[in-house]
Amino acid sequence: MKTMENENIIELKHVTKVFADDGYKAVSDFNLEVKRGEFVTFLGPSGCGKTTTLRMIAGFDIPSSGEILLNGSPITDLPPYKRPINTVFQRYALFPHMNIHDNIAYGLRQKKTPKDVIDRKVRHVLDLVDLAGFENRRVSTLSGGQQQRIAIARALVNEPEILLLDEPLGALDLKMRQEMQIELKDMHDKLGITFIYVTHDQEEALTMSDKIVVMSEGKVQQIGTPEDIYNEPKNAFVADFIGESNIFNGIMTGKMKARFGGGEFTCVDDVAEGTHITAVVRPEDITLTDPEHGMVRGEVTSVIFKGIHYEITVQSGKNEYVVQSIKNAKVGSTVGMVIEPDGIHIMLAEDHTNIFFADFNEKFRLAYNGKEIPTSVTRIIPGSRRLEDGTLVDAAGETVNPERIRVKIAIRPEDIEMSDDADAGLVEGNIANLIYTGDHYSYVIHTDLEQDFVVNDEYLWNMGDRVSLIMPVDKMTFTYSRK
Amino acid sequence: MKNEILKRVFLALMLILLYLPILILAVYSFTDATNIGAIRGFSLHNYVTLFTTPELTGMIAGTLALAFGSAAIATFLGTIGAIGSFYSKKRVSGAIGLLNQVPVVNADVVTGFSICILLVVVLGVSKDTFIPLVVGHVTLCAPFVYLSVMPKLRQLDPSSYEAALDLGATPFRALTQVVIPQLVPGIISGAALAVTLSLDDYFIATYTKPATFDTISTYVVNATKGSQTTIKTALWALSTVIFAIVVLIVVLMNVRSARAEKGVIHGEDK
Repeated sequence: MKTMENENIIELKHVTKVFADDGYKAVSDFNLEVKRGEFVTFLGPSGCGKTTTLRMIAGFDIPSSGEILLNGSPITDLPPYKRPINTVFQRYALFPHMNIHDNIAYGLRQKKTPKDVIDRKVRHVLDLVDLAGFENRRVSTLSGGQQQRIAIARALVNEPEILLLDEPLGALDLKMRQEMQIELKDMHDKLGITFIYVTHDQEEALTMSDKIVVMSEGKVQQIGTPEDIYNEPKNAFVADFIGESNIFNGIMTGKMKARFGGGEFTCVDDVAEGTHITAVVRPEDITLTDPEHGMVRGEVTSVIFKGIHYEITVQSGKNEYVVQSIKNAKVGSTVGMVIEPDGIHIMLAEDHTNIFFADFNEKFRLAYNGKEIPTSVTRIIPGSRRLEDGTLVDAAGETVNPERIRVKIAIRPEDIEMSDDADAGLVEGNIANLIYTGDHYSYVIHTDLEQDFVVNDEYLWNMGDRVSLIMPVDKMTFTYSRK
Repeated sequence: MKNEILKRVFLALMLILLYLPILILAVYSFTDATNIGAIRGFSLHNYVTLFTTPELTGMIAGTLALAFGSAAIATFLGTIGAIGSFYSKKRVSGAIGLLNQVPVVNADVVTGFSICILLVVVLGVSKDTFIPLVVGHVTLCAPFVYLSVMPKLRQLDPSSYEAALDLGATPFRALTQVVIPQLVPGIISGAALAVTLSLDDYFIATYTKPATFDTISTYVVNATKGSQTTIKTALWALSTVIFAIVVLIVVLMNVRSARAEKGVIHGEDK
């Protein structure tokens, strides 16, 4: 009974997963609709929550909140063995004490399928994965690629409504991986089963999927077709993660005119003049010419031969461009660069202003992370003053109790300085993400107080580096509210 | 060169120290000597006595029944204990592991004595029920079973259990059809260890056994103090038989594992 409304085989609604033992929020407010027969890929770096989401669909993890619907009815709390969903595990998880036939037959036996039906189905599915006649082999005698096919066969033989694949090709070598990508795609087209595939490999995602869900830090960054995601990335993270990109911060200077990366360019996105923007330019969309004809000029700093093309790095003032060209260039020479309007993708700049909250301590001092911020109550609450008996009154003369005041502090990413001296700054954390944006790096620092700070710095730090964040008090903006 | 000779001499000395006492006993068990020292002639009468005296055969059968019985209980408890601990939260699992370590290193005298105090004195269980003895031996063996099953659980692919659930197995079936079969080598070596430990035990048995029952260990200690020479010399035969069985088992196990290794290499060649 398929109604128009119920075309979605599976729906995730506001799904959030917080792990009880360490309070880690792996997935937050995940929303997705998958149509019957689609090939959907969850793509993102490790730790982005893609595997946790898959495990919630399989039933191994239960969402902390939100709902999962299968064919319109909720399955959020249903145990895995009651779901018509099967999984291909990252490291296959074949049962080593059973032969290949028994491995594949395991799911059918749980359903008390008659023996002759089992035998026929096992033979059929072994044919499908090109391993006919392997029934009596032991798992340990199979190569990685063969084990992978058996794992797929073991899941498919149950004729699931949805097949989940958790980085199934991660353990295979490059050539085998590319072959299996094509085979999996063929299998999907032939069987018409819905595939949900998890990978961190953007090429794999682009090759195989009907729909890609790009994830980062537990949140969906963009959902779209491979073409959409590649050509129209929604934010700097997606642009940086999918393919090679040059990412610049800039501003709109007129109708379809933008200034970034040391030049002014015509683009195809109509964004209001004066808007802060992030511009993405793919390396293959930049053409090298002689300096006179370039929209921007720069000096070639490195040339790497990549087989089909050269990857050329050009330094133009404070900005760095990566260019793909089939023509060679000489290191040290000056070149011009041309970018056609449709090669420029404009996104509204995300406001990266860091916001955090602080309280007054018993000495009426503003404190964060147990450290005092050298400012005064009267500066935070304009017009306030202290009366002779020590009570605080605001501009209107009303008494203010500092213990009941919550202060919101805002500071721009470029105003924070990073230091490797643990005590130098207000709070310490580890670098969780970094993106190069033309003339500086944009870092995300995950602090010990579980907050993410965005910091811009022109020097290169490494992922995972432990840094202390120095925030000058004169760069902070304070607003306050009563608790 | 000189070093080479020294090495060989040292090795020979060690082997003599290890095996000579048993060999002497074995040689004497086949004679009609009543004391170590004077050999008069070859005789099998020690073996005849050993297998025909009801007191001796009963004692041996009792010891074996105790060993296999308590090993079976200990294997069951140790295995499900290890599985439970392995799938518990880290802190719980760590605590169980630590608590399991204590009886392993604890002196058997202390274990035997405290079980005797708890069951017989405090709870008033009669020793004649065999309950204190069996409880004592299970207490002795179960921690070792736990220790030999644990490494197999760690080797287990963590997705194995989830894969079974995914294919439609209930948690109980996943455990019995997928998890436990993969632990079998660990369970078998744990059970073998349990049998050996029970056979070896002296202290726990002396504190907890019924007055009329003897294990080989307690019997041997009493007999060597006594004056019945036929029984004493029959025990030489018993020692020889036990030694021969142990040698046989060790050789068989080595041959089997050598074959298994070869099998694996063969398999990968294909």
